[in-house]
Amino acid sequence: MEFVMAIVIGILFMAAVYLILSKSLLRIILGTGLLSHGAHLLILTMGGLGGTSPPVLAEGVTDYVDPLPQALILTAIVISFGVTAFIIVLFYRTYAEHKTDNMNLMKGNDEHD
Amino acid sequence: MEFVLLIFLPIVAALFVPFLYKTVKNIHTGWFVFIISAALFIYYLRFIEKTLNGNVDTSTLSWIPSLDIAFIAYIDGLSLLFSLLITGIGALVVLYSIFYLDKKREKLNNFYVYLLMFMTAMLGIVQSDHMITLYLFWELTSISSFLLIGYWYTRDRSRFGALKSMMITVFGGLMMLGGLVLLSIMGDTYSIRELIANASSFIGHDYFTLALVLVLLGAFTKSAQFPFYIWLPDAMEAPTPVSAYLHSATMVKAGLYLVARFTPIFASSEVWIWLVTGIGLLTLFWGSFFAVKQTDLKAILAFSTVSQLGLIMSLLGASAVAYHVTGADAAIFKFAAFAAIFHLINHAMFKGSLFMVAGIVDHETGTRDIRKLGGLMSIMPVSFTVAFIGSMSMAGLPPFGGFLSKELFLTSMLALRDFELFNFATWGIIFPIVAWVASVFTFVYSFYFVFKTFAGKRKMQSLPKEPKETSLGMLLSPVVLAAIVVVIFFIPNLIGKMFVKPAVVAMQSGLYNHPDEVTVNVSAWHGWSPELMMTLGIIALGAFLFLTMSKWQKLYDIQPQYFSLNALYDTLMVFGESGMNRLSRFYMTGLIRTYLVYMFAFIAAITTAALFIQDAFAVDMESFSPLNTYGIMTAVILVLAVVMVLFAKTRLAAIIALGGVGYSVALFFVIYKAPDLALTQLVIETVSVALFLLAFHHLPALKRHGESTKFRLGNFIIAAAVGITMTLLALSAHSQKLIPSISQYYKDTVFTEAAGGNIVNVILVDYRGFDTLFEIAVLAIAGIGVYSMIRLRLSRKENSDENK
Repeated sequence: MEFVMAIVIGILFMAAVYLILSKSLLRIILGTGLLSHGAHLLILTMGGLGGTSPPVLAEGVTDYVDPLPQALILTAIVISFGVTAFIIVLFYRTYAEHKTDNMNLMKGNDEHD
Repeated sequence: MEFVLLIFLPIVAALFVPFLYKTVKNIHTGWFVFIISAALFIYYLRFIEKTLNGNVDTSTLSWIPSLDIAFIAYIDGLSLLFSLLITGIGALVVLYSIFYLDKKREKLNNFYVYLLMFMTAMLGIVQSDHMITLYLFWELTSISSFLLIGYWYTRDRSRFGALKSMMITVFGGLMMLGGLVLLSIMGDTYSIRELIANASSFIGHDYFTLALVLVLLGAFTKSAQFPFYIWLPDAMEAPTPVSAYLHSATMVKAGLYLVARFTPIFASSEVWIWLVTGIGLLTLFWGSFFAVKQTDLKAILAFSTVSQLGLIMSLLGASAVAYHVTGADAAIFKFAAFAAIFHLINHAMFKGSLFMVAGIVDHETGTRDIRKLGGLMSIMPVSFTVAFIGSMSMAGLPPFGGFLSKELFLTSMLALRDFELFNFATWGIIFPIVAWVASVFTFVYSFYFVFKTFAGKRKMQSLPKEPKETSLGMLLSPVVLAAIVVVIFFIPNLIGKMFVKPAVVAMQSGLYNHPDEVTVNVSAWHGWSPELMMTLGIIALGAFLFLTMSKWQKLYDIQPQYFSLNALYDTLMVFGESGMNRLSRFYMTGLIRTYLVYMFAFIAAITTAALFIQDAFAVDMESFSPLNTYGIMTAVILVLAVVMVLFAKTRLAAIIALGGVGYSVALFFVIYKAPDLALTQLVIETVSVALFLLAFHHLPALKRHGESTKFRLGNFIIAAAVGITMTLLALSAHSQKLIPSISQYYKDTVFTEAAGGNIVNVILVDYRGFDTLFEIAVLAIAGIGVYSMIRLRLSRKENSDENK
């Protein structure tokens, strides 16, 4: 199953990078969203997908799924959410100020070299 | 007394100069400085007795003991000679500057602070036995010289000259540092004396030639040798006392000192002899040849300094030959060392006096342009006499010191013909010929300097000021120096015994043990020797060339402006600046996408390359868990949603598709038994999508902004590379687990230690609670950020204020 997951992660990264490289700011934000999904799944997959039981103590169970990657991902999800929320508002403000979402137009002019 | 501390006396005195300048208004600050340098001069005179007997004196001041770095003052014949020159001429120059620089108009505090700084630096160079502190003082001379050249900093030419000298000498200084470090690695010591003692063990060492070339680069740049001499003529923008002190008598001789000091270490090398002698002679010829072209008095002197430094340098090179020959021939090369030191003293005297005269002429007539000057002989008789003595000594005529040293020089060069090693038998004949031709030009420019200025018709109308003889005070220093020039001619052997022979012993430590062993006897009349014939030839041809100068001086104009070393330097500087600018602009486009392309491309390339070069790629099917039907279905849904995000035409579709990706990820979490993750992912994805939708009306439409097919193809290639890299990385990483997970501990102790059942939650708040604390902080900061971005409108407020 990890093989399939590795390919899915590859596709997520690919799509994310493709979107991040585009000129539209909105597509860049979509790309960062995909990138964080890819990273989260990567952590999960690297921990191994073979366990049979969720990491909650239960009678007579010994084969728990590795809990550490899950804790790491949980932290990562929350942080990426915070950042995404911030970026969305930043994007909104940028668009409101500059009336454009074209990244090519949003660069410093030569006077500020 | 610890005389190492005396090195620092000038720089410590410099601390008091601004204070004295501000408080003692009616006394020229220079007098204070004069006392310092004169006192040092008198103090160093006491060492003559010691060096006469071949003794040395050291004094140590520890600086960084753990790195074995210390200030070690080491006084032998060579460093004593230089110390006396530095302090003695320093005192005379300060005396001269007292009358040259006006108390009211000039910023004397700056001037004397820089000058004292320089004096410390020079004393440090010549007395240091430790290579690191030698380098320290070496750079301090560069810096203080930079400050002194740029003393009149409101003038463009001064700033240009200062920068140029800084660039070239600091370049050389850094090269020299490299050489010194290599030497310290070879000899496992920083002490120059110890290096000299072990000199024979370095021959054939891997670093030997490299160290040699690097040290020579330092010496050549500082001593204005070809092709690095170009900074010296531009340094003439400095006040004349500075030119007289730094650019004739002391700083430019630091390179000579370095070569003389390191001769015992490198003399065994053919490269050293060829480079030092060859470059020296080339510089001698080049400088003398172009000195005739100049029209500015100080520029003539600058080129003449370059030329004379080349002369001394070539003699130092010839002196290294003495290490290769034995028997009767050896004596003649030991001559060269004597000649070098002897001429060094002579040059310091006459060049110092000539610069001071040039300054006097400038001071009294308002110009230094030789074309506007003439006929000053009867108006300025004393200055003329000094200039005459200096120039005749420079031309090498009797009865002045320069005559003796030039005869010694010609003798040494003639001797090089008979040196048989290193191809000298074939090429040796060039040396006396070049030396002779250069001496002819030296003769011409010496006459040119003195007679075009002081003889001929008076050109009163072209002078900015009414000329008159200058004050006694200003004449004092040049007269003293000129007197020494004459005295040297009559008592050369006393000078030789007192100063030159101890210096030669220090310089060629392996060859002599005691100054008395240096058996050179200088006499003004030494028979009808070949060198005297050569001198007569120089006088004859030189006189002819001088008299016909107006006819052939135009030949210099043939050389075009753009085909010169200065033009090369200018081009290099301009090219360096504009080239670097263009290079930066080439890759710093200001577009985020460009930078991201660099990053992603390098991540993909380097990771993949490392994966295959290290043979780390592996897929171990055994380690994978069995396929799972729900998992595959979810994967298909997720990929479909990703494709939808990519190809969405409207932002609503894109946002919903992104939500679809998020929910499939949540499904994965369910399938892979991560209930907490699934819960969080579901909630957060919902909130994210809601946030997007909230901002929906304010968001722009999903536009492509004219992305071309080519643009998209480029993005696709990079994206594919990154995606494939991540897949390969994930597969290899999973297939090669080196150590088992540490999670067994959590599973075992979650209830016994932490009294919890949900292992993930216990990890988050108990085992690894710090992560959680700071992720809370991140959320809080994001919240504050969002709030402030929406509420704060600083720029708009300012605008509205202006409108009011």
